[in-house]
Amino acid sequence: MQGARSTFPALPGLVVFGMAFGAAAAQKGLSFGEVLGLSAFVYAGAAQMVGLEVWQKVWTPGTILTIMTVTAVVNSRLLLLGATLQPWLRNEPVARSALNLFLLTDAGWIFSTRYHNDGGRDVAFLFGTGVALWVLWVATSLAGFFVGAFIPEPQRFGLDLVMPIFFGVMLVPLWKGARPALPWLVAGLVSLLVHAFVPGYVFIIVGALAGVATGMLMK
Amino acid sequence: MTTFHAFAAGPWGSVLAIAAMTLATYLCRVGGVVLMTRVRITPRVERGLRALPGSIIVATILPLILDGGIPAILSIGAAVIAMVLTRAELAGLVAGLGTLSLLRAFGL
Repeated sequence: MQGARSTFPALPGLVVFGMAFGAAAAQKGLSFGEVLGLSAFVYAGAAQMVGLEVWQKVWTPGTILTIMTVTAVVNSRLLLLGATLQPWLRNEPVARSALNLFLLTDAGWIFSTRYHNDGGRDVAFLFGTGVALWVLWVATSLAGFFVGAFIPEPQRFGLDLVMPIFFGVMLVPLWKGARPALPWLVAGLVSLLVHAFVPGYVFIIVGALAGVATGMLMK
Repeated sequence: MTTFHAFAAGPWGSVLAIAAMTLATYLCRVGGVVLMTRVRITPRVERGLRALPGSIIVATILPLILDGGIPAILSIGAAVIAMVLTRAELAGLVAGLGTLSLLRAFGL
């Protein structure tokens, strides 16, 4: 419960993100069940948003592999979060950690890390953040789905561009000065180049990886 | 066409896609913990992963924004400015969608 309560500061952002995802998904033609499935099982906002870009009406093994790769690239940052949690989870039963990690998110990680740094050791805290954020994420994305699905002429309200607009907004808190943003610039330029010459959605993966490579090369 | 092709093209296609995304995400969630029991994540890899969130966003939206033309560029600009000023996601989103609706109402 303490963990669930700690997520309070993240709620406004999460509600807006969930609604934006639901509306964007409805806009893209996804069904109620698909939105529910994505939010309940994938449960990773950024990957779900990017996944919408790659979403298909009719799937082939190739497009399924593409969306899987895009998801893995977007979520590879979770590797880092898990790595920092490892000392805390070392003596936990595997089954409990398996469930706990299913619910791991950036926001839950931030609150749990703060709790751990303050001396807290109860793993239930981490679980509490995960459950609270999960319930809210599923509820708000479904609410957003109804908003997006039942607004007539959604283009008039700009809902067709809700994904890029929300992503632009999310870039602001990530800004830590011009130097740390240099990989972003490289990512953007590479993505534009790939987009111009290669059909499909490889530009997302190649651009993002170019940003990561730049980050690794910078001192 | 193989059986798997036919299966993926049918109504189960999106279930498969969601399952594939779930698996990829879950492997990332547990991967860090499992990796840490074996190897150390080097500072270089950590720097690279820190650059990832912003890089994903820029790589995803930049081509979409340029394809969307002037109204898209102005709307994202308005959203970012509102977010910088207020630090509230909702304000940013409303400013962006509002600008886009206005521009479209004037036929841009």
